[in-house]
Amino acid sequence: MSEPALEFEQVTLSLPGRTVLQDVSLRIDAGQFVGVLGPNGAGKTTLMRALLGLVSPSAGNIRVLGEALGKYAARGNPRIGYMPQTRSSAVGRRLRGRDFVTCAAYGQRWGRPWGDASVRHAVDRALEKVGAETLAQRPLADMSGGERQRLLLAQCLLGEPDILLLDEPLISLDPTHQKGVVDLVRQVQRDWGITVLFSAHELNPLLGALDRVLYLGHGRAALGTVDEVITGPVLSRLYGAPIEVERIHGRIFVMSGDCEVEKMDHQHDV
Amino acid sequence: MFEYAFMVNAFAASGVVALVAGLVGYFLVMREQTFAGHALSHVGFTGATGAVLLGIAPLWGLVGFTLLAGVGMGMLGGRLAGRDVAIGVVLSLSLGFGLLFLHFYTAYATQATALLFGNVLGVDHPTLVVLVVLGAVCLTALAFILRPLVFATLQPELAEAKGISLRRVGVVFLGVVALATAACAQIVGVLLVFTLMVGPAAAAQNLTGRLGRGLALAALLALAQAWLGLTLAYYTNWPTSFWITALSAAVYGLSVLAQRR
Repeated sequence: MSEPALEFEQVTLSLPGRTVLQDVSLRIDAGQFVGVLGPNGAGKTTLMRALLGLVSPSAGNIRVLGEALGKYAARGNPRIGYMPQTRSSAVGRRLRGRDFVTCAAYGQRWGRPWGDASVRHAVDRALEKVGAETLAQRPLADMSGGERQRLLLAQCLLGEPDILLLDEPLISLDPTHQKGVVDLVRQVQRDWGITVLFSAHELNPLLGALDRVLYLGHGRAALGTVDEVITGPVLSRLYGAPIEVERIHGRIFVMSGDCEVEKMDHQHDV
Repeated sequence: MFEYAFMVNAFAASGVVALVAGLVGYFLVMREQTFAGHALSHVGFTGATGAVLLGIAPLWGLVGFTLLAGVGMGMLGGRLAGRDVAIGVVLSLSLGFGLLFLHFYTAYATQATALLFGNVLGVDHPTLVVLVVLGAVCLTALAFILRPLVFATLQPELAEAKGISLRRVGVVFLGVVALATAACAQIVGVLLVFTLMVGPAAAAQNLTGRLGRGLALAALLALAQAWLGLTLAYYTNWPTSFWITALSAAVYGLSVLAQRR
């Protein structure tokens, strides 16, 4: 458990016009389930894109599984599985689920898209892992949000990566489906011993599954257990405003004055 | 009807073009770029009329202009997404220039009709050879980029993370679309390119969710429309392009009904 999966050394990440992370150093151990939280615009997506080599740090070094990022900048890192936040426009189509999953199997290579026996085997294995063998025979358009998320997860598992970056997989799912997705990711993560970065708006759906929380805000980051990070003083520093943390019946509410911070984020997101 | 050489040429030419249009159109529909395809054909009209004015065969003006515009659109890439207005302005400007060129070249009104609505019965042997070469180039390029194209179309952000250049895929694909459009315009004219390129592909995507079957179905439907359209035109003496558009609309309509059930 002590092998580092991801290391940040005094990393500064900038987007045009603003700095997302300022001089952040942290280390995520292999095999952990890490919830990535923070207000909108705090840099959850940018952090993931940086790990994929799509955004270069303006200062500092990032290492993934002990390797510097530079070599992957142009051709992608096969050891990382990624679920982008922007949902593909394919979800509303008649396209069969299995064909959708398959498009990502060696999609970067030239050739025909439906694949040979090894591709079919890889797709079978990924679908089996998320329990979507039957589901994948149906068109995407006929699936519920939770079912589609299951297929997207299968798609990231192709190639059996060591690290999964899941960008807001719970967005627009109802609480039951949210729980289903979290449990499924947790199970895959344990079975395969992989490292998961799971970004979300709300902490509560993740509470049972988390090993660590990575909370981003105002260019800063805090990494630790829920009890270490989700406290008034730590979050006040990240939000740049006084924050109180309330715990009621095993659920945690992050409050700024009278407002619940996570609910405010949801409204901004529309 | 095959006793006439012009009918044989027409069947061969429309067959080649229909296969290419069906296959290329499948991805055009999947990428939601049908409007860009439509605009390309209009730009081709300017090229064709300009070529006539300069005394060059209109086909070469068509190919040159659509290819240039296709690659240009691909280079603009994501910035072009949602720019329907900009595309629309360029599209009408192109038709306007085409009209101006025709105005200077006063000899043929039939030339304009042929360019706008197609003249498959007028395809001679040299034109047929050019169409076959264009088709072969299109399909070879398409086969080459097939896998990255599907990936970049269905999961662009993931494809980018895996090292695919979305712009490169976009440029090559719109280049292929441009050539297919130029070929297609020979059969049904620049105004009706949609009918072979988009109709069959959209119907195929309504009828099957499988990628391979969808592609095959799009090509087959386009081929059936083109050949049946020609046959009907032969026996009714109505324009071929009319029959092809009618069949295209009918097939698309039926596919929507089949999907509802």
